[in-house]
Amino acid sequence: MAVTETDIRKIADLARLSLADEEVPAMTAQLNSILAHMDVLTRVDTASVAEAGADAITSAIAVARDVKSGGAPLRGDAVAPFPMDATAPMLAPDSEDGFILVPRLSTHEDM
Amino acid sequence: MRNIIDMTNDAAARAADPRFGRDGLNIVVATNQESSLANAERVAIAYGRGDPMSLPGMAIAVKDNIATLDMPTTCGSRILSGYVSPYEATAITRLRAQGAVVVAKTNMDEFAMGSSTETSAYGPTHNPVDPARSPGGSSGGSAAAVAAGITEIALGSETGGSVRQPAAFCGVVGVKPTYGRISRFGLVAFGSSLDQIGVFARSVRNAAIATYAMAGGDLNDSTCADVPVPTIPEPVEAYRGRTLDGVTIGIPAEYFPPSLDADVRARCDVAIEVLRGLGARIVDVSLPHTELAIPVYYIIAPAEASSNLARFDGVRYGPRAADVMDLREMYQATRSRGFGTEVKRRILIGTYVLSHGYYDAYYKKAQSVRALITRDFDAVFGSGVDALFTPTTPTPAFKIGAVTDPYEMYMSDIFTVTANLAGIPAISLPIGRVGGLPIGGQIMTRHFDEPRMFHVAAALEAALGGEAHA
Amino acid sequence: MTNWSEKYEMVVGLEVHVQLKTRSKMFCGCSADFGAPPNVNTCPVCLALPGALPVINAEAVRLALRAAIALDFTINLKSVFARKNYFYPDLPKGYQISQYDQPIAVRGTLRVRTPGETATHDIAITRLHMEEDAGKSVHDRYPRKTAIDLNRAGVPLIEIVSEPDIRSAAEAGAYLRTLKQILEYAGVSDVSMEEGSLRVDANVSARLHGATELGTKTEVKNVNSFSAVERSLQSEFERQCAMLDRGEVVRQETMIWDASRGTVRPARSKEESHDYRYFPDPDLPPLILDPDYVARLRHTLPEMPQQLRQRFSTEFGLNEAELDAVTAESSLAAYFEGVARAHGDAKAAAKWMMGELAAALNETGTGIRDFPVRAPQLAELLDMVRDGKLSHTAAKGVFATMRSSGKSAPVVAAEMAVTQVGDDSQIEQWIEEVFAELPAETARFRAGEKKLTGVLVGAVMKKSKGRADPKKVNALLSKVAG
Repeated sequence: MAVTETDIRKIADLARLSLADEEVPAMTAQLNSILAHMDVLTRVDTASVAEAGADAITSAIAVARDVKSGGAPLRGDAVAPFPMDATAPMLAPDSEDGFILVPRLSTHEDM
Repeated sequence: MRNIIDMTNDAAARAADPRFGRDGLNIVVATNQESSLANAERVAIAYGRGDPMSLPGMAIAVKDNIATLDMPTTCGSRILSGYVSPYEATAITRLRAQGAVVVAKTNMDEFAMGSSTETSAYGPTHNPVDPARSPGGSSGGSAAAVAAGITEIALGSETGGSVRQPAAFCGVVGVKPTYGRISRFGLVAFGSSLDQIGVFARSVRNAAIATYAMAGGDLNDSTCADVPVPTIPEPVEAYRGRTLDGVTIGIPAEYFPPSLDADVRARCDVAIEVLRGLGARIVDVSLPHTELAIPVYYIIAPAEASSNLARFDGVRYGPRAADVMDLREMYQATRSRGFGTEVKRRILIGTYVLSHGYYDAYYKKAQSVRALITRDFDAVFGSGVDALFTPTTPTPAFKIGAVTDPYEMYMSDIFTVTANLAGIPAISLPIGRVGGLPIGGQIMTRHFDEPRMFHVAAALEAALGGEAHA
Repeated sequence: MTNWSEKYEMVVGLEVHVQLKTRSKMFCGCSADFGAPPNVNTCPVCLALPGALPVINAEAVRLALRAAIALDFTINLKSVFARKNYFYPDLPKGYQISQYDQPIAVRGTLRVRTPGETATHDIAITRLHMEEDAGKSVHDRYPRKTAIDLNRAGVPLIEIVSEPDIRSAAEAGAYLRTLKQILEYAGVSDVSMEEGSLRVDANVSARLHGATELGTKTEVKNVNSFSAVERSLQSEFERQCAMLDRGEVVRQETMIWDASRGTVRPARSKEESHDYRYFPDPDLPPLILDPDYVARLRHTLPEMPQQLRQRFSTEFGLNEAELDAVTAESSLAAYFEGVARAHGDAKAAAKWMMGELAAALNETGTGIRDFPVRAPQLAELLDMVRDGKLSHTAAKGVFATMRSSGKSAPVVAAEMAVTQVGDDSQIEQWIEEVFAELPAETARFRAGEKKLTGVLVGAVMKKSKGRADPKKVNALLSKVAG
């Protein structure tokens, strides 16, 4: 499964990373070289762990869960925000009247 | 016992020493003497009042990806330049309650992605043992802080060996507890199903004390297990005197490949004989899926990372690219300038393996193989083996700049990633030196069996004595 | 305009987002309330600060299960939260935590009766899953900038996705009204489209009658009332039919409902390549439900509208129109039952609720929960009417004063001096006075001219200021005439 330069541009876009044109060939080559090492997995018989695989739940979490005899722990519905030293507008690079401000999406659509 | 304030003063002064700063070994990236002293005063008052504490006045250094108040938490990345967390990690709160005082934040590979502390935006950290060499990574700064004597204890984080590998390279003890033993709340996520806060110390005993000080259930982390926290045998010297009678230690063949560095193999052989001499039954075992660990790891960790690092978008905190036309450009400029090459590479790998059409072939398959790797350990521990002994790394510390191929760098985690994939606890401790360079030996046990792990490690540490550092 | 429905069939599937009525957010302890100043209800978790982690709100799980049980879903005892990855400034983590391939409930049904039709239609519901809401983006407050408020980020939602089983705009409306009613009965949400606690996305396609394959669908967004859903679906259906009839191909796209023009238009935003890269959230172990817990929830579910209609019909003999009115909301039904039981005459209670009470609620715009006259007080008023102590007209006035003063019916009636007079001697005295004032009419009445009864009764009522019991007046006049 070779990654093409088009693939690289597409995933960079999905990840909101911009790659300069000259970076694309090198990154494509590196990813192909790294992913080639991963192809060994396709030859592994995982039928015996189909269930675990299908869940894609990490074994470590599963172990922690067994210890807790159940699934995810649940919290009560109390209003108890975790305390902070600063407010959201204080942390934000740009804010006004309590709002966090960002440049407008040029293709924005109200909906 | 020395005065708590004086101890903190001395440690804070060491942390601020230019020899360990940017123009020196580049171990420490932030200090806050005022805040450290204020904390020390609070500890002194509470200790004087008789509050029970396991680490009264113990100065600690903390990896730059664990949230602390009063000092920046930047993950060695430009994208968090100047960011000070408005809340504190559970692990830090618990250590402070036991009397520990944070005196420094330490250098690391950017977002813990690396095995050499070379990908940091602050530049590489130098190994105190040999400044031309890497301290390992990603928690290289914390390993070096303990090796250089800045603090007795330091916190790191593990995703694939980021505590044990630098511990081995710097000649100190490094612990990766069971997944779920210590809350991850406040640890900046890399690979959430693998991440765990770890400890560096000069002794196994101190590593155990610090590990247990942070351990225990936390309702702010759904993956943190509410299991009882073990206690250190009293008197603490009990560790040293104990033999390993009745303990079975497995030696997995896959961790001693023909390509293993001869010096590493020789020191391991010595350690195994020492363990036998202490009364342990040594058995050969096999963990047949070990060779698949690196491919599995380098799918799962980047996949989770690509999602975990989406929050660094310049919207709510951290620096934002200003010279932009619209939102999309802001995202791209902020992230492209904020992240370094290795982080971008892993985000791209992770985005790719999760993307439509590739999810089953890569991510899902990797999770299945991960289950096989875990079963290998279950089978061995189920057959009566109490602990496994292996080398921590295939080689001693390499020179800074020596490893340039990403995959070759990834391979330096080959003996450590398995414990992260399976979630079991593991420790690296010094088992000797070759040509002045430390060699690390690794002990792994069952989930939540840190007591056995510390027991075997402490016994080996005591028996090796000065030899471990010679 | 062509009647397209003769040639083409409308196929609709609805995705309904419902905000659960919890105090705190889905994954953190921040308040889920609306109306706070921007970004006040935020914490490390819902701001996605580095290192923060989610923990599931037990109440959100309970409410999601109640909704699922009320809609006859199969409950999955194990469900998984996944990450839906995309960038948007009101999505703090860069992903939404949402159940994906293992939702909490699958295969529900909703029995729907479209107005004007006698048969009911069972609409299959594919799934019900839990997820968190995004924050709010305000685009028009600052020039060239979007303002972000994250108070809503992380508020718990359920998404209810129907099969494409709906065949008309009216049926879509009926589905939504029935769904809203059931969710309101189950007590899981405020289900208000106006306040945004219920949101609808509609997928619609057209095909020739008899065709088995589905046509290309479009998604209609920006609809903020049930009637807007109906109008937008009709409008989009007609647009598609016209295209198909011209031999054109319908493009899969998002359409925006323009309420002011009553038309749909394609969304302006460029269609991005969406690839959400779903994967199980490694921060959250699977949600494992105790079967006993689910069974307990099943048994503690309040009566649903259908059961209640059945019971009210049998027990109180109400007709369809009365049932529609008194079971529209669970609180209304409880109110009705309170009045009916205390008063005894359920028909009279229903009649009053459909008339005076409905008008009063309509006028003030309040819900029955906030209505000042409680059920026992209304029953007391109806008792007075039945016992002849108040005329129907006087009762209306008393009711109005009860609403504003909060006083009981007897107190108000006494203060207003409108208590009906049934005392024979008092009525006889008024009759004598009327006879004296209207000698001509009285003479003709006494002579047997029965049609003058109305005039004389009216005069007596007027003299009594409406307080005389008209039946008594009639009876006493007949005696004179007789």
